[in-house]
Amino acid sequence: MKSPKFLLPAAAAGVLALTLSACGGGGGTTGGGGGDAEQGLDGRGPITYVQGKDNSNVVRPLIEKWNAAHPNEKVTFKEQTDAADQQHDDLVQNYQAKNPNYDVASVDVVWTAEFAAKGWLQPLKDKMAVDTKGMLEPTIEAGSYKGTLYAAPVSSDGGILYYRKDLVPTPPKTWDEMMQMCSVAKANNIGCYAGQFKKYEGLTVNASEAINSFGGSVLDKDGKPSLNTPEAKTGLENLAKAYADGNIPKEAITYQEEEGRQAFQDGKLLFHRNWPYVYNLATTEASSKVKDVLGMTALPGADGPGASSLGGHSAAVSVYSKNKATALDFVKFLTAEEQQKFFATQGSLAPVLGSLYEDKELVAKLPYLPVLKTSIENAVPRPVSPFYPAVTKAIQENAYSAIKGEKTVESALSDMQKSIESASAGQ
Amino acid sequence: MSAGTATTALRAQQDRGRKAAQNREKWAQGRTYISAVVVLIWCLAPAYWMVVTAFREVGFTYDTSILPTHVTLDNFNTAFDTSFGNRFGQALLNSIFIGVVVTLVSLLIGVFAAYALARLNFRFKYLVLGFILGASMFPGVALITPLFQLFTNIGWMGTYQALIIPNISFVLPLTVYTMTSFFREMPWELEESARVDGCTQGQAFRKVILPLAAPAIFTTAILAFISSWNEFLIASQLSSDATQPVTVAIASFAGAQPNQIPYTAIMAAGTIVTIPLVILVLVFQRKIVAGLTAGAVK
Amino acid sequence: MSTELGPTPVKSPASGGTPIHHGPKGVGEDNKILSQGKWASWLLAPTIIALAVVIVYPIISALVMSFQKDAGLDPVTGLFTAGGPAGVQNYVNWLAQQCSAPGGGTVACPPGTLGAQFWSATATTFFFTVVTVTLETVLGFWMALIMARTFRGRSLVRAAVLVPWAIPTAVTAKLWLFIFAFEGIANKLFNTTILWTGSEWPAKWAVIIADVWKTTPFMALLILAGLQMIPAEVYEAAKVDGATTWQRFRMITLPLVKPALMVAVLFRTLDALRMFDLPYILTGGANNTTTLSILVINQIRQGFNAAAALSTITFIIIFLVAFIFVRFLGANVVEQSGATGKGKK
Repeated sequence: MKSPKFLLPAAAAGVLALTLSACGGGGGTTGGGGGDAEQGLDGRGPITYVQGKDNSNVVRPLIEKWNAAHPNEKVTFKEQTDAADQQHDDLVQNYQAKNPNYDVASVDVVWTAEFAAKGWLQPLKDKMAVDTKGMLEPTIEAGSYKGTLYAAPVSSDGGILYYRKDLVPTPPKTWDEMMQMCSVAKANNIGCYAGQFKKYEGLTVNASEAINSFGGSVLDKDGKPSLNTPEAKTGLENLAKAYADGNIPKEAITYQEEEGRQAFQDGKLLFHRNWPYVYNLATTEASSKVKDVLGMTALPGADGPGASSLGGHSAAVSVYSKNKATALDFVKFLTAEEQQKFFATQGSLAPVLGSLYEDKELVAKLPYLPVLKTSIENAVPRPVSPFYPAVTKAIQENAYSAIKGEKTVESALSDMQKSIESASAGQ
Repeated sequence: MSAGTATTALRAQQDRGRKAAQNREKWAQGRTYISAVVVLIWCLAPAYWMVVTAFREVGFTYDTSILPTHVTLDNFNTAFDTSFGNRFGQALLNSIFIGVVVTLVSLLIGVFAAYALARLNFRFKYLVLGFILGASMFPGVALITPLFQLFTNIGWMGTYQALIIPNISFVLPLTVYTMTSFFREMPWELEESARVDGCTQGQAFRKVILPLAAPAIFTTAILAFISSWNEFLIASQLSSDATQPVTVAIASFAGAQPNQIPYTAIMAAGTIVTIPLVILVLVFQRKIVAGLTAGAVK
Repeated sequence: MSTELGPTPVKSPASGGTPIHHGPKGVGEDNKILSQGKWASWLLAPTIIALAVVIVYPIISALVMSFQKDAGLDPVTGLFTAGGPAGVQNYVNWLAQQCSAPGGGTVACPPGTLGAQFWSATATTFFFTVVTVTLETVLGFWMALIMARTFRGRSLVRAAVLVPWAIPTAVTAKLWLFIFAFEGIANKLFNTTILWTGSEWPAKWAVIIADVWKTTPFMALLILAGLQMIPAEVYEAAKVDGATTWQRFRMITLPLVKPALMVAVLFRTLDALRMFDLPYILTGGANNTTTLSILVINQIRQGFNAAAALSTITFIIIFLVAFIFVRFLGANVVEQSGATGKGKK
């Protein structure tokens, strides 16, 4: 591009581009201002409910039921994709555009803090308060940011320890007990324990569980990292030691949920940490070798049940909604017992109401419920942080190195600590 | 006597020489065949494994018998089954739609540029060609960040235009480049002779040039379509459930249960996606090779 | 985009795309070039404008973004606040691997942040590029030599090499992920228990093998095209002169194929430098298989503006490599694009 004349059109294009990007604004900034958002607290009328793919057809019947009862406040269902990233981006895009039609949205527990910090979610307090009595405590925590509830828990999920009833008649209650039972695995020439240790979101879940189970925590109450503690060290060390001993088979470092389930079903594992979905497959799939010997128990901890990481979704009201009164009613409707039961029976979604875990009818259908209740009661939400992507990255990278023995547990934890501090410091 | 033996000996020697040459020839031929078989296995074995797995029952996903076992067609049903949230059928249509639009737009715009680059003399020609070539090598990630933000702000995330426009950025240069090479090889003298024979400019174009250019344009279209069909990076970030192309659909294929990765169904889907391309490629093999070697990038 | 792109009324290009001032011989050469230039501007305008919109706009937009700070958190309210201008801080942060410190200022990025991965991702990207392109060139040459021979079934081989090329990369990645699963066919066939995606070198080799499988055919075909341009008489003459096979390869084949080869290598190199699909799906970037492209994608959700700076850096790196190729290694792409044809004088 030697000729100055030649540069003219390029310069023109540049100016155009500059103007365009100026209009684009500077990324995900600014929360909704006060005055604007206050509006519509009493508003009633048709609203939209936004949620990821309704795979097991639970949302539609519920909305029909609601619409029949509320002809003037009908709910329209906006179905998003199945992929979590895409759901997240779709919500961000619409909140950023202040779309008033995203009245109520189903929010993954790990996004709540980010959306709340961006000022997109209506705090569920005062006029907008939701009754959380009867809900399992960890699910409420997962919907809160800085002590305020921003999203009402709708469904939950927790880890379960699957084991081989034929080889260990009484399941272990603590991590140490489990490790002692590994001799059984050795005698039978199979792997002892595996969770999800590949470097991805599942490792965040497993590493946090290890840390939380021994009394540590990733973030403290103020959202600051608190990993340089003896408790956190013991927790993570357990995983690293088990991997070094071979109690966690070396291939487990490549396991996501499916690979682990496959190995367990093939009879190659004595203990396996996974989600409730395994129950159905392991008891029905033709190739499963553990159909009749499948046992379930709570995750093992320091001296009792361990602390599972919490999954699940909550319902949040957008600050840009014009009909917040209707939106709130709909949120309450979703969290009511009748609907919760429907979610559980129809969609195999773990309820957030403690009482339902003792419901005979439900337990008959979903035999893992009692175990799951223990799991969720003792669960700790995944770190609630507006910088969740950076937090989970920090945990994955360092926990992975620690488990593989590439660095010491202390330095892994201190690197985690520093990474999270740096992410929270912002740019 | 001596003369007779000498000739026989000579002949025998020649025979031996010829035989040795023949042997060498045979051996070379043999080596060629062995190499060819190695190439065939290397290229086809993984693809074969995809097809075999596609026809295997889901319960025997990790069966490692080389020959097909537990044969079933279920996986193809599963691939198109929408009840687990997969929209493979929709994704196929999306890929076709996006591919066709991108190809048509690129051809429509690019054919003029290719003609100018191949046929006209003008200043900055090599600069323009360089610019277009540079564009074809442009890294997708450099586009994606600003587009991600722009499309988020104007609400285009997950729309068709959000996928089509970035695709044009690499398909158009490829189209121009390939067609320029083709156009250079065309016997343009025929155009002159047609006009000498009394054709008007338009007639000469229609009756002589267009038929000659058609195969080149067609081949370019196939290459353009394939490169759009294969695109993953941009689509993985900017598409939604409704607009995602097959590459993204396959990469995020979900099973009946959360976390389940249904490899057999994925392989079935992969087979479905690949077979039309393989057929296309085999049928138009010569042309595609010509097009590729004319300077395609992918 | 050339300066001749003036408002002079010219007949619509739609009339056939042939120059109307197809000057009779009497017209001066300069004039001819000028009028052709006018035509060329009109014909090129749509392409140039389209590329300006889809490429030049994002480049500039990314540049603008890269000089902005990402949103930070207000410690009191817990709400996000706009970042403001950053100067070249984003670039400095990446290149020096500096991250924000809790009390303000910057510290060296601790392991576990994306910032700590910049140089390792750059090294990984170049490692992949050098290894895959070398392997692909050697294997591609070998395949091309085989395909250049005459034997029965040659067309079958030529068709077969197109199969890996025709399979979309995303599908290729899933396929190799399945092949390289712990209980997959690769371990079974070779009777190994390698955790292909579980540690650094197997993971890297898994990516390399998959990439070589997928793209060697492209290389082979480009080289084959170069081989076929060498007249058979040249070889015959060399044979008569008693040159050995190796000598023939070194003295004739290599130099004559070199222009085509350089272009093929350039294309593949630039392609490999932006590698994304394969490692993203195959390893998720774990075990040091994160390429620059993957790093950009990971950064997008943690902050647009830092991601924009990183994508600009990536672009500059690729641009520099292309420049070095063209300038010093003589990969003359522009002229080569006409070399296969009869060419214009």
